[in-house]
Amino acid sequence: MSKTSRFFKWIWLVIILLFLYLPILVMMVQSFNSGKSISSWDGFTFHWYEELFSGRNKDIVSALQVTLSVAVIATVVSTVLGTLGAIGIHGMKKRPQAMMMTLTNLPNTMPDIVTGVSLMLLFIFMAGGESRGYVTMLLAHITFDTPYVILSVLPKLKQMNKHTYEAALDLGATPGYALRHVIIPECRQGIVTGAMLAFTLSIDDFTISYFTAGSKVQNLSMLIYSAARRHVDGTFYAVSTAMFLVLLILLLVVNRNTAEAD
Amino acid sequence: MKKLVSLILCLLVLTACVSAFAADDNVVYVCNYFDYIDESVLELFEQETGIHVEYINLMDNEALLQEMEISPAAFDVIVPSDYMVERLIARDMVAELDWEKLPNAAQYTLDYLKNPAYDPEGKFSVPYMWGTLGILYNTKMVEGTVDSWADLWDEKYANNVIMMDSLRDAMGIGLKVLGYSMSSTNEEELFAATDKLVEQKQKGIVRAYQLDETKDRMVGGEAALAVVYSGDAWFAIDENPDLAYVVPKEGSNIWVDNMMVPKQAPHYDNALAFIDFMCRPEIARMNCEKIGYSSPNSGAIAGMGEEYAANRVQNPDDETVARCEIYHDIPAEVLKDYNDLYNEVLNAH
Amino acid sequence: MSRFDVSLPWWAWVLMGLGLAAFVAMVAVSILRNRGMKRSLFASPYALWMILFTIVPLVIIVYYALTDSSGNFTWDNLRNFWDSNYIRRMSATSDAARARYAVRGMSNMDPLIYSLWMAFLCTVICLVLAYPTALFMADRKMKRASSLVILFVVPMWMNITLRTYAMRILLVDDGPLITFLRLVGFKDAQLMDTPAAVLIGMVYNFLPFMIFPIYTVLSKMDPALQEAASDLGANPGRSLIKVTMPLSIPGVVSGITMVFMPAVTTFTLNVMLGGSKRLMLGNLIEQTFTKQSNWNMGSAMSLVMMVLILISLTILRKADPNNEGGGL
Repeated sequence: MSKTSRFFKWIWLVIILLFLYLPILVMMVQSFNSGKSISSWDGFTFHWYEELFSGRNKDIVSALQVTLSVAVIATVVSTVLGTLGAIGIHGMKKRPQAMMMTLTNLPNTMPDIVTGVSLMLLFIFMAGGESRGYVTMLLAHITFDTPYVILSVLPKLKQMNKHTYEAALDLGATPGYALRHVIIPECRQGIVTGAMLAFTLSIDDFTISYFTAGSKVQNLSMLIYSAARRHVDGTFYAVSTAMFLVLLILLLVVNRNTAEAD
Repeated sequence: MKKLVSLILCLLVLTACVSAFAADDNVVYVCNYFDYIDESVLELFEQETGIHVEYINLMDNEALLQEMEISPAAFDVIVPSDYMVERLIARDMVAELDWEKLPNAAQYTLDYLKNPAYDPEGKFSVPYMWGTLGILYNTKMVEGTVDSWADLWDEKYANNVIMMDSLRDAMGIGLKVLGYSMSSTNEEELFAATDKLVEQKQKGIVRAYQLDETKDRMVGGEAALAVVYSGDAWFAIDENPDLAYVVPKEGSNIWVDNMMVPKQAPHYDNALAFIDFMCRPEIARMNCEKIGYSSPNSGAIAGMGEEYAANRVQNPDDETVARCEIYHDIPAEVLKDYNDLYNEVLNAH
Repeated sequence: MSRFDVSLPWWAWVLMGLGLAAFVAMVAVSILRNRGMKRSLFASPYALWMILFTIVPLVIIVYYALTDSSGNFTWDNLRNFWDSNYIRRMSATSDAARARYAVRGMSNMDPLIYSLWMAFLCTVICLVLAYPTALFMADRKMKRASSLVILFVVPMWMNITLRTYAMRILLVDDGPLITFLRLVGFKDAQLMDTPAAVLIGMVYNFLPFMIFPIYTVLSKMDPALQEAASDLGANPGRSLIKVTMPLSIPGVVSGITMVFMPAVTTFTLNVMLGGSKRLMLGNLIEQTFTKQSNWNMGSAMSLVMMVLILISLTILRKADPNNEGGGL
């Protein structure tokens, strides 16, 4: 490959990244804005970070806990559920496979608000209005996360030989062994992608959480939404910036470790 | 690595559980907007009465109604707006207040908010905050005076007007500029108002229909005129001194957020104690200074003195108040018309 | 009657119990008969989960769509979707009123077509931007490019409301983008409150969902295939079209599914960047559920929309005849 073509490819990647990161940069800058309105820059301040780390704003702290814990748990559960699901679906005959794929695509065709309302009704019918809270919100998150894991893992499975699993069993492997040592390594990239998408969807969901969590548990999106009625102040930009940096660093460390392990 | 991840996981779950189950019996569940109170007021209340306050963030009036339908015993104090007060009373979802236990509310509530149209006998509600609907304009971007709803139809402000994306307020302005009541249920009047709003849009005068975003956009000088609530106007003027606020001469809306107690509130007495505490002059004053809306509390107004009296955004004069009206709740059937007609406006192009 | 007073009759619980038992029995029998785990059984927890948390709620939505506010069966909600004054005309008391309702109000078709069109544009733009991105990252000769993948997902972890506020700062009339456009000669350039801004927001929001599945497929593609193609004399462009692209179709189909479907029901971006100047179907549905509290009508609208999306996906599946991306 010529140097110039490599150069242009890098330029392309940088432009796309710039597109994705410019608004993030604006948010980070906002977290140091001493003014109250995002539209005017009044001067530099650490005030919002002091406000955040002083713990005075209990709402934000608890919303952050809810957001992160729901996102992490939902990601883990839906990744396991979805990976197994994808492996199973891949091994199916044509017709049940098509049925399962319709089932997988179905939640995506539903507008968020319909998913939210219908799950809310389900929870109310099954356990009453008071049941809504942290757990119901978690169940809802797992529900909308899992299809994305399936959609990420399945294409990877399609690339591998359909009969490896059966061959492994014929050679005396237990299903668990075949899963761990034959299938999973082949589609690892897909699983990682699926988990990332699940986490992404979960950490930033408003509509479905809002209907399924009721009024007494709030995640960050719900809190920001209710704050927007009045005014979204710099503390929210500060908490987002802090969260962003922590997660990014964590991710880069994990990435480096796994890269070294490879 | 695995250990680290599982450790973090456990910690997260634990903290979430702890924060979810930290309940105790002597509490009052207050459902109000985020940041719509001076937080230190809550601490003062807890110190004095020993009643723990659970503050629940409210999204909007419709969400409140929905939550109350699903779990009627979830809240002790709610803060709905005028038209929702009327609806809650009509649906028999709120408790009558024992005025014996509300001496401060009885003494300090402003006269013209005492028996409002939405609660004519004053049995169910105590005003919390109020304000007007009006036009926020950028003095550097307008020519001449702005004092009428008709200015929003002036073609010299093409692509320079931010309208309010709120059903009742948008239709109300359409009605008012034609000289009708903002709570009209007359079909012909509603059709005429819709046509008026569509005309405004098709002439390219409307820059955008916004609600929460308006104040920030006006601070940034993105439009010459915008329809806003007085509280948002005050926030914006504070950030950008070029801005000014006017309640149009044709008259406008006065909105009132009220404290009420749901019929099945589990802690009725605590709720009344909380409401009355909010009506103490010094407490009401703290809230008013924090929020920047108009106070319904004569004691608080007296305490704030000249600065509040001179602030015509927060404290409209009697003549302004006299030409404004409070919304009536619209019957469900007509509300459907409102919805469809307003959608006709939004969909026009 | 409140909207929530729909308690399930006892036989519904029995039916659900029987269904569950039958499912478990089927799985058990299948395990016993095959004397070992058949691979498809790995999907049973997932299937069970989806039946409980997707099919059952969907049945509830169908129930709402086919009943009126007092719980009686009706087709009116669905009819009203195509003809948005249907219910009102039917319930009008006088001929004069009926005639008026024949001309007033708006059709839901406008928002529907507009939403489908915007979602289509968003999907195409995402594909055009994402394909080369995924291709370059998967390129083995681009050292370190693959470690960039992580950077594409992290922005999505920031709150959408805050991100969109920030996006507004970039798009406003005296913002950097417009200033630049005006400098290069577009004197009346405006982005805020136009469909273009909504589209930019949508692409921003959904781009990673297109990049990821394509990258996943491309990254593990056997490099020997391309080498073979070039050995056989194909130039890079030709080997891209003839070898790489066909093999990446499953990823592309996954990506299109993940972008197009949620894009159809976008509504917050329309408010925050488009100034609500046009109605989108998402706005209409959201408003019907929350502001009007009309769950019957809201459910009916969502059902119609779901059917439409499923149809468009079936058409998409024609591009993927071997069902590689997992169609419907």
